Formats: sequence, structure tokens, C-alpha cells
Amino acid sequence: MNENYMFSLMAVILLFLLAVLGVDGFGLYSFFGIFVPYLSFAVFVGFFLYRVIGWARSPVPFRIPTTCGQGKSLPWIKHAPIDNPSTTGGVVVRMLLEIVLFRSLFRNVKLQFRERGAKIFYDWELWLWIAALAFHWAFFAVVVRHLRFFTEPTPGFVKFFEYMDSFFRVEILTDVVQIGLPAMFISGFVLLVAVVYLLLRRMFIPKVKYISLSSDYFPLFLIIAIAVSGILMRYVSKVDIVSVKAFTLSLVKLSPALPEGVGTIFYVHLFLVCVLLVYFPFSKLMHMGGVFMSPTRNLANNTRMKRHVNPWNYPVDVHTYEEYEEEFRDKMIEAGLPVEKGE
Amino acid sequence: MSKQTQVYDKEIVFAGLAVFLIIVTFPFWYNLVLGKAASAPVPELTKEAKAAKTCVLPAAEMKSEHMRILDVWRHSVVRQVKRVYTTPDGRDFEMSLTNSCLECHYNKTEFCDKCHTYASVDPYCWDCHIDNPKEIK
Ligand code: HEC
Ligand code: HEC
Ligand code: HEC
Repeated sequence: MNENYMFSLMAVILLFLLAVLGVDGFGLYSFFGIFVPYLSFAVFVGFFLYRVIGWARSPVPFRIPTTCGQGKSLPWIKHAPIDNPSTTGGVVVRMLLEIVLFRSLFRNVKLQFRERGAKIFYDWELWLWIAALAFHWAFFAVVVRHLRFFTEPTPGFVKFFEYMDSFFRVEILTDVVQIGLPAMFISGFVLLVAVVYLLLRRMFIPKVKYISLSSDYFPLFLIIAIAVSGILMRYVSKVDIVSVKAFTLSLVKLSPALPEGVGTIFYVHLFLVCVLLVYFPFSKLMHMGGVFMSPTRNLANNTRMKRHVNPWNYPVDVHTYEEYEEEFRDKMIEAGLPVEKGE
Repeated sequence: MSKQTQVYDKEIVFAGLAVFLIIVTFPFWYNLVLGKAASAPVPELTKEAKAAKTCVLPAAEMKSEHMRILDVWRHSVVRQVKRVYTTPDGRDFEMSLTNSCLECHYNKTEFCDKCHTYASVDPYCWDCHIDNPKEIK
């Protein structure tokens, strides 16, 4: 037991119960269906902008990119243009690879003691990279796919995602679970498996567990709950998709109308997503905006080519030599010191 | 030192935030600009269906569960050679996509497709199964 993850797990269970109680017990449909979604979206967008602008207010007086290769130097020294970019173009390529492929995580190593601590090894930590990549890309696919509920007509790129996502026609037919009709979307399952791996990693690797806090576990549990409720809704306890879409469309058309006969599980799913949206800008999840703002990645290493002036330098009162000589010329001549402008 | 109020690299930061805003508000402006004013589809019933009054199962259940029924039917016909389905209220149906579902709902474009286009689903059944038995006759 560890109070950090117990605390987060309890929080997610509580949120779940809150939605069930609110909808089933008190019938607060318009609160959970209309008020909370609008509020959470406004909070998400507003505080997202606020956080990013907050970061943009911090001066970055020096060029501080982490250099992972040879900087630009003399022509006969081989330069690493992406790992140590000296131009904006290089920075763009570096950022792009970082954001879509998590290049720095790919190079992550973990420290290991071998032979009873006599030797230190640095092992390549490949699985974290694979799980992180799977998780983020699957999440992206899931978000894009959900646009089918928010757009009419459904745009081509959403249909393309659905087509690719249901490419593997896995068909399972039992009394409880029925996968195949409707088609299985692989991204939902990849997302769930990857996020469970990321959670187990924090719970079972002692060094990672030691540095993990409630704020690391909470989003993982929350995302697991969202994924599970979504998967349940699609393959087990189905909801009427047409009513759901009519409702979600009414939300984005700003004339909200609650759906008829859509089960509690839908409201639970929706509420947990809203919680995620509200939690987003105040948490480590802001790395979505932060990755663009990180000066160790987004600056070109061009200190040898361009002068960068510290933005918080206040104007210094300088007393130039010319002024000095002007002031003390008589005394200097008296003392026999050389002057530039004689009388 | 006074609290920093200046935003550095204004152009890039605000351009980035503008892109963010455009992306997250996509559903809002997409439906305004390109969206049809369509409300939720009301599948049209044929004369035969109207006469029959009820579907295989109650309509509410059909709405969300019809793919499961088709899956079960397909499974029992193709794997178990059982071709007759008895509903809980005792009616018998031939477990057939074309001969049952489309017998009543032969207006596929005004019935099945209307919902499916709206929900962005594209069942692959019609690669093999005849989708309009009445018209072919
Ligand atoms: C009330 C609207 C509605 C009507 C009418 C309707 N469907 Fe559907 N159907 C849906 C929805 C919504 C889905 C997708 C469910 C999902 O994505 O979870 C679906 C999915 C399916 C699927 C699974 C497709 C896949 O690849 O996932 C099949 C098969 C199907 N419908 C067959 C039919 C047939 C045949 C008819 C006409 C006799 C029909 N449906 C009429 C709403 C409807
Ligand atoms: C005996 C004729 C008949 C057969 C066979 C039949 N249906 Fe129906 N279906 C109806 C009727 C009548 C309704 C309208 C029921 C109502 O509104 O209460 C209906 C309603 C539906 C609906 C809900 C539409 C809505 O209003 O949103 C779906 C989906 C559906 N049928 C699909 C199917 C599928 C799939 C099959 C084959 C498994 C099938 N039906 C077989 C007569 C039939
Ligand atoms: C590759 C071609 C093919 C595709 C695609 C296909 N089927 Fe079939 N289906 C068959 C064949 C062949 C039979 C066997 C016909 C028989 O024995 O009467 C069959 C039988 C069935 C049956 C029972 C018999 C009957 O007359 O309908 C059902 C129900 C059925 N399929 C539903 C579906 C549904 C729903 C889909 C789409 C999700 C689908 N099928 C897609 C080829 C296909």
C-alpha cells in the first residue's frame, strides 16, 4: 500500500460515485450533461492560455538548449544540425521529432547496479518509450475519432481515422462482450493497455515508485476510468449512438438539449472527461503546451553567431573614458598623466 | 525587480496559441461554417413495417443493439445451422439480413443508411449481401 496511489484511486472512485449519485440518485441531468461540460471546456481553454502566457512572460536570458551533438563550429568539424541546431530550421525539425516521436525519451537510460552493486550499468529504457508513444498516439486517435459526435457531416479525416482504426476486424461474440459489430477500434485497447503499463511501472519499479506522487497516479487512474467506461459503452452495455450524437451536436451548436434514454454510464464517461479537462491546465498534463515552451528544446544554439542581450539588464550608468578625461583633465595634466586631448 | 509583465517572443507565442484555439474549438466553428442544419435522423418505416407495428425487439433496444442481433443471427446461421429466431414474445423470424430485416426495412437508404451516415458507420455487409431485394425483383 502506498498512500499516493491509494489517494488517487479513491479520488477517481469518488468522482465516479459522484456522477452515479448525481445522475441516478438526484437526476441532475442538466448539471452533469450541460453545465459541467461547458464549464470544464471554458476552464480548460482559459487556463491553458493563461499558463502558456505565464510561461511566455519568463525571460530566457541565455541560450540554454540541451546539446546532444556537435555544435556548429569550423567548417571541417562535423556539425549535428538536429541535435545541436544552429538555425530555426534545425530547431523546427528537432521540435517536430521530439513532439511526434519523443526522441529524447527514446534515448532515456536507467541506472542499474549489477553484481551486487559492484558495477553500475546504464540500460536503455525502451519500454517506457514504446508505452508512452503507444499511449499518446492512441489517445490522439481516440480524440479524433470522437469528432464524429461533434460534427455533421462527419469530415473525411475522421472517417479515415475510423477506417484505419477498425482495420483489424477482430470479432468476438459472447453473451456479455460483443466485439466485431460494432467494429473494434484498436486505439481504445492500445490506450488502455499502455496506460495500465504506465501505472504498473510506477507501482512496481521501486525507484519510480519512490518519486511518484498522487499527482502522477491521479491522471493515470482517471484515464483508465475514462477508457474503461468508453469501452464498456461500445462493446458491452450499448447506448443509442444517434441520441448521443444529437446531444453532443446540440452542445457545440450552443443550443443544448439532453438526450432521451441514454444510460448513466454515458454521464459517468462524460463527467470523467470533464474532470480531466478541468484538471488539465493545473497539472503535469500541461506538458502538452509546455513541450512547445521548453527553452532547452526550442532555442537554437547560435550564441557564437548572434548576440543575445539579457532582457532584464537595467540601463547601467556608464562613465566613459572620454567623460572621465573631460572631468579630470586638469588634474591629470598636473600629475603628468598622458591625456588624449591636450589643451 | 518589478514583476515581469512583458510577453517574450510575442509573435510566435500568440501564433501558437491561435493555432491551439482554432484546433480546440474545431467542432464549434466547423458546424457553423460547413455543417448541415440536420437534426437527428428519423428512419422512415415502410408500409410493411408500419403494418407489422413492432420490430424483432422493442424499438429502444433495436436502436442500440441491432448490430448484436445481426451478429448473433449470423453466428447461428453460419456456425450452428439454426435459421429460426424466436423473440421473447413468441414470434418467429428467419434469421436473415436480406430476408428479414430488409423484408420490412427494404428502404435501406431511408432507413439503415440514414442513421449510419449520421453516426459515421459504414457496415461492410453489403459487400456480399444484397441490399435492395425489392428493387432487384
Ligand atoms: C436508429 C438508427 C439506426 C438504424 C435505423 C440502423 N442502424 Fe445500424 N447502426 C446504428 C449505429 C449508431 C451504429 C454504430 C454503433 C457504434 O458505432 O457503436 C450502427 C451499426 C451497425 C452495424 C455495425 C457496423 C460496424 O461495422 O460497426 C451494422 C451491421 C448495422 N448497424 C446494421 C444495420 C442494418 C442492416 C440496418 C437496417 C435494417 C440498420 N443498421 C439500421 C444506427 C442505426
Ligand atoms: C416485421 C417487420 C420487421 C422486421 C423483420 C425488422 N424490423 Fe426493424 N422495425 C420494424 C418496425 C415496425 C419498427 C418501428 C418500431 C417502433 O417504432 O416501435 C422497427 C424499428 C427498427 C429500428 C429502430 C429505428 C428507429 O426508430 O430509430 C431499427 C434499428 C431496426 N428496426 C432494425 C432492424 C434490423 C437490424 C432488423 C433485422 C435484424 C429488423 N429491424 C427487422 C419492423 C421490422
Ligand atoms: C464475405 C461476404 C460476406 C460479408 C462481407 C458479410 N456476409 Fe453475411 N453471409 C455471407 C454468407 C456467404 C452467408 C451464408 C448464407 C446462407 O447460408 O444462407 C451469410 C449469412 C449471413 C446471415 C444469415 C443468413 C442470411 O440470409 O442473412 C446474416 C444474418 C449475415 N450474414 C449478416 C451479415 C452482416 C450483419 C454482415 C455485415 C456486418 C455480413 N453478414 C457480411 C457472406 C458475407
